[in-house]
Amino acid sequence: MAQFSLPQNSKITTGRTWDKPATAHGELAEFKVYRWDPDTGANPRVDTYYVDRGDCGPMVLDALIWIKNKVDPTLTFRRSCREGICGSCAMNIDGGNTLACTKGIDECGSGAVKIYPLPHMPVIKDLVPDLTRFYAQHASIQPWLKTETAQPEKEWRQSREDREKLDGLYECILCACCSTACPSYWWNGDKFLGPAVLLQAYRWLIDSRDESTGERLDELEDPFRLYRCHTIMNCANTCPKGLNPAKAIAEIKKMMVERRV
Amino acid sequence: MSIKPSMRTPLSRVRGLGSAHAGTDHFWLQRVTALSNVPLVLVFIGVVIAAGGRDYEAARAIVSHPAIAICLLLLVVSVCVHMRLGLQIVIEDYVHGHGAKFAATIANTFFAFAVGAALGFAVLKISFGA
Repeated sequence: MAQFSLPQNSKITTGRTWDKPATAHGELAEFKVYRWDPDTGANPRVDTYYVDRGDCGPMVLDALIWIKNKVDPTLTFRRSCREGICGSCAMNIDGGNTLACTKGIDECGSGAVKIYPLPHMPVIKDLVPDLTRFYAQHASIQPWLKTETAQPEKEWRQSREDREKLDGLYECILCACCSTACPSYWWNGDKFLGPAVLLQAYRWLIDSRDESTGERLDELEDPFRLYRCHTIMNCANTCPKGLNPAKAIAEIKKMMVERRV
Repeated sequence: MSIKPSMRTPLSRVRGLGSAHAGTDHFWLQRVTALSNVPLVLVFIGVVIAAGGRDYEAARAIVSHPAIAICLLLLVVSVCVHMRLGLQIVIEDYVHGHGAKFAATIANTFFAFAVGAALGFAVLKISFGA
């Protein structure tokens, strides 16, 4: 059966409460952060930190960096661009998957800000999930332009209307917020490609320059790869870029029906 | 989520046994039967209301009317097909044990056929029986 409770070694314990800053320049914000160290073998815990808002930027990522710099250098998380374009700092904040760099501390609910890694993925350390399978799934849809016609002298041409069909798709940064928010991906992530990868698949299916639409559809036509999507819509609700993977998946299903009915 | 250690590459694991090249018929038929269920269930509700409070002979006369009997038979087919398809999705979602999944899938098919046969027989018996 699908596993509905955490395995014994994943059950979360109460962690350490770190000291409040001795001198504060502004209000203190409380953060409860998931911690897991693969070297100790101990169960994960939730540590409590207090961040000086007067000495810290406005975003949740700013607070994490503040904690790492000033309180606990062992806190581990991914980050890079700090402007919502690299997708590195995707994590579960205040109960929803999003990017720490674009989520304001003020946007979080009252009380402590709870920060966990992306749900239902193996954890490498603290807030760093193992996305190996996610990236392999992306590779499996062959996310590049596939053509047989001889290479044109200049670029592959595309009408303005056809280019507009890529809007709402090309913006995906593969942060995995949507896929790891999807219950179908939780239960069947080994076979279901998940919303992010299917949105990427549709991005190439709908590209007027691509010549492998049929082959791409053939590869997707599977009870698990595609049809595990039950339109739960968590993907669209959580996407930090405001995209709608569920709609892209529905469009793939329409293409499947269209070529057969 | 625990993933068993393996020396296969991630891409090999993701590709697995390849695409089944199936699923669209299931998806399409589930939508079509959902659509056909709407008017047929309305007819069924109408039959229940019309037969309510009447004696057996009067109720039998309603059900045995050719148009109503045909609608009820179509309802049996539509609902049972829809039920089997829907339950199969639930099994595929949640039952992961290899043997349990096959057993549940087969049992689901047998159950849908058994229910359909019993309901169809009931409608025919009421329509044609003495």
